[in-house]
Amino acid sequence: MKTPPRAHPLWLAFILHRLSGLALALFLPLHFWTLSRAITAPDSLDSFFALTELPMVKLAEFGLVFLLAVHLFGGLRLLALEFLPWSNSQKTLAAAAVGVAVLVSGSFFLNAI
Amino acid sequence: MSKPEQTLDVTVWRGTAAGGELETHKVPAHDNQTVLDVVSWIQHHSDPTLTYRFACRVGMCGSCAMMVNGIPRWTCRTHVGKVVDEGKLTIEPLRNLPVIKDLAADMDAFFDKWVAAEGLHHPTQSRQDPIEPIDATTPARKQANAGIECINCAVCYAACDTVAGNPEYLGPAALQRAWTLLNDTRDGARATILDAVSGAGGCHNCHSMGSCTQYCPNELDPMSAIAGVKRETVRHALLRRKDA
Ligand code: FES
Repeated sequence: MKTPPRAHPLWLAFILHRLSGLALALFLPLHFWTLSRAITAPDSLDSFFALTELPMVKLAEFGLVFLLAVHLFGGLRLLALEFLPWSNSQKTLAAAAVGVAVLVSGSFFLNAI
Repeated sequence: MSKPEQTLDVTVWRGTAAGGELETHKVPAHDNQTVLDVVSWIQHHSDPTLTYRFACRVGMCGSCAMMVNGIPRWTCRTHVGKVVDEGKLTIEPLRNLPVIKDLAADMDAFFDKWVAAEGLHHPTQSRQDPIEPIDATTPARKQANAGIECINCAVCYAACDTVAGNPEYLGPAALQRAWTLLNDTRDGARATILDAVSGAGGCHNCHSMGSCTQYCPNELDPMSAIAGVKRETVRHALLRRKDA
């Protein structure tokens, strides 16, 4: 059986939140492992940091900041939805969360290049 | 404008809980025709063994909901013209419920969850008491008034992906019913309701995807009701801790 079309704003907000959360969960161990090398292998960490000058890595960082921002602001919307008095403008708020995330990650990107 | 000789290709699901398949019928197209008219035409003129359910034909009883081209709808209030896709209609029993036969879904699980969410009235007075005046203008009463428009058609239940992923989940209709009673000053079982809706299959399963609100034919907003129930369960849990 076909499932009902999910391309409505709040379902998309749900899937964006879920996928960004999963992606961040996968990223975090990597992040901590890299940081730990400041103690265990400082030299190789320096050469790793040199990689961050590559355009591809910059683009990936932009993606990462976007994921973080969209998960943060989307999460704030969900907290407000569940704990504050109900607001009918959920679709607007979800769109605003994505908008702010684009703004934040976009200005990060412009800063980086 | 469809001419009388034009036909629709209508595919209906045929079968039982043991399995089934899709079967296509040619149905005459008319300018004014609901999906329920089409299903009835098949039963009257093409295959009398087709099983489906309806009663009021005017969007009051909630018994005619089916999946129409993948979307849960009241078939009696859905114009073919609004949903037909290049002359084709696919009609299936409601999603997320077992099927009895053909287009008739087994609603037991849906109604059982309504009861499991304590969706029944818990009286505070008896018939000997004088009639209690109810202020229709309070915010709580307005919430309750919205909720009592639900006609138990299970469209929201069929639309919900959380129900699809977790058969224990009470679902939007039952939780909205709980919210209605929590807002009804005449209901006397607040704590019982809150306990019933905060367990394993309760309101905290909801991911606020909003498909219930998106597809409710009555334009109700179960998603906001569930958010209200979530808020109340948390408040109740915190207060209880303070009292303990
Ligand atoms: S037949 Fe009663 S709601 Fe459709």
